[in-house]
Amino acid sequence: MGLYLLVRAAVLVVSTAVASVVVFAVMAVLPGDPAEVALGVNATAEAVAAKRTEFGTDRPLTTQFLDWVSGLPAGDFGVSYVTTDRIGPQIVDRLGVTLWLVLFGMLMAIVVAVPLGTAAAVRHRSVGGLLLSGLSQVGVAVPAFLAGILLVYLFAVTWQALPSGGYTPLAEDPATWLRQLLLPSLSLGLVQGAVLSRYVRSAVLDVMREDYIRTARAKGLGLYRALWKHGARNAAIPVVTVLGLQLATLLIGAVVVERVFTLPGLGSLLLDGVANRDLLLVQGTVMVLVVAVLGINFLVDVLYALLDPRLRGVR
Amino acid sequence: MTALDNLPAPTDRAYRRWHRVNASIMVGGTLVALVVLAALTSFVWTPHDAVHVDAAHRLAPAFSDGFLLGTDKFGRDVASQLMVGARTTLFVGIVAVGVAAVIGTPLGVLAGMAGGWLSEVVMRANDLLFAFPALLLAIMLGAVFGASTLTAMIAIGVATIPAFARVARGQTLGVMHTEYILAARAAGRSRLAIALRHVLPNIASILIVQASVSFAIAILAEAALSFLGFGTRPPTPSWGRMLQESQELLFSTPRLAFVPGIAIALAVLGFNLLGDGLRDWLDPKLREHR
Repeated sequence: MGLYLLVRAAVLVVSTAVASVVVFAVMAVLPGDPAEVALGVNATAEAVAAKRTEFGTDRPLTTQFLDWVSGLPAGDFGVSYVTTDRIGPQIVDRLGVTLWLVLFGMLMAIVVAVPLGTAAAVRHRSVGGLLLSGLSQVGVAVPAFLAGILLVYLFAVTWQALPSGGYTPLAEDPATWLRQLLLPSLSLGLVQGAVLSRYVRSAVLDVMREDYIRTARAKGLGLYRALWKHGARNAAIPVVTVLGLQLATLLIGAVVVERVFTLPGLGSLLLDGVANRDLLLVQGTVMVLVVAVLGINFLVDVLYALLDPRLRGVR
Repeated sequence: MTALDNLPAPTDRAYRRWHRVNASIMVGGTLVALVVLAALTSFVWTPHDAVHVDAAHRLAPAFSDGFLLGTDKFGRDVASQLMVGARTTLFVGIVAVGVAAVIGTPLGVLAGMAGGWLSEVVMRANDLLFAFPALLLAIMLGAVFGASTLTAMIAIGVATIPAFARVARGQTLGVMHTEYILAARAAGRSRLAIALRHVLPNIASILIVQASVSFAIAILAEAALSFLGFGTRPPTPSWGRMLQESQELLFSTPRLAFVPGIAIALAVLGFNLLGDGLRDWLDPKLREHR
């Protein structure tokens, strides 16, 4: 296990390093000069040159890269070319919103998937089970932002029960904070819940065929009780893995959902950065998201090995 | 009494499997065929000009003045936009899945056949690419090269490469242990010939399934990108942008959001069902519990 962890950790470090090169390289290809963009079309050549020195974009690319990447571990993402604000604090500021959104989205997904998937498995021979499976198929086909728009139409326009967007910090007004987060996280969670429910169904179906469930049933336990007492932990292994992988999908889905609900999270920061051609900001935000995805994949691998020792030798 | 009455009741598993598989392929295939039909028809005929701005008919309701699904805020016919939008959706899907299949499949077959460090390098590069989801890649490319259908297609395609490489590698590993590969190697066939004549035909069916599933994901990605303004540029109609333009009118004219929304969902559902059905049909051993 120690060696496995070491190898996975080394892969994570190397992947992160390569990812930082890729992100930097893609952004460095840009045809526009940040100094020219910042000063406008009427700037003199001297002014542009001075601005380049100020930004540090007159240095060789390798120097710029090393300068940028060496600051990353300490959370130093450099200074925005457009607003001249430090980028690190902005990212930290927005990260909270996105993390709450992803966390709630994940909770909603579990709340949707576990009962739906279990019911579909237990009744897999009946019309009801087929309908539940069909429902999850439809859910998988709906993108999160579409779910968001539909939820806004139902809850904000038709019933006027929940706000259609906006964000109030938790410390300011917890009740409003929760109300504003409900629809965005529900639109993320419903879709991911539909995906997850198919794995829950598959896992529960597998477990239902096991001898120990038959033994438990023969002892006189009801099906649901037998499943809960003896099957839940076994069924959890594949489900937890999928859940981990979905975390990455949720994070990226949040970028779009934030736009639907005008939430000031990482996604909005990224899209605003692109709109304002604030390249260093885009570079930093993309890097944070990529590292998050890499980190999640690493944790899933480790969790997988912890839950099922047989898989440690694989790959 | 007819001959049919003498047949056993259709309750055995094989019959039911065939029946269910057929249902998946039929429903999925029908939905996909509808999208393709709409797209192809739009080349020769649409009810109105899809991009014609008609100030006199702004926000016309459905079934009025010959506008089957009404008009949007610029007076453009929604039904025509939907048809031309299907073209965009299919175009993006075909190019993106094509890019992914053409690059991912050889990589996966190579990794599966070669093994050792080469396999390791390919698969680790694959893992790295996995960390760049289509959306993030497209936003990055959009920031650098400007948003367009082309950047969206490339981004979605590149992000889909790992899916094909993984499936191709896994299947190749399985095929490499079979006796016909052993026979081909014993007969002195070159590695390339084995890959082309023996491996590829035997893993093709599962790659077709992967293509169908990837197509669904590509449609979702294109819709999300156009919704964010990183996909197809106006005035070319796209389902994602139709949704984005409808959002401000959700309170007054929700129809404008429902129409492209339903189109996206049905198209994705179609490709997903088709993929599932084909998977069962082509290889019952791989059948998931459903």
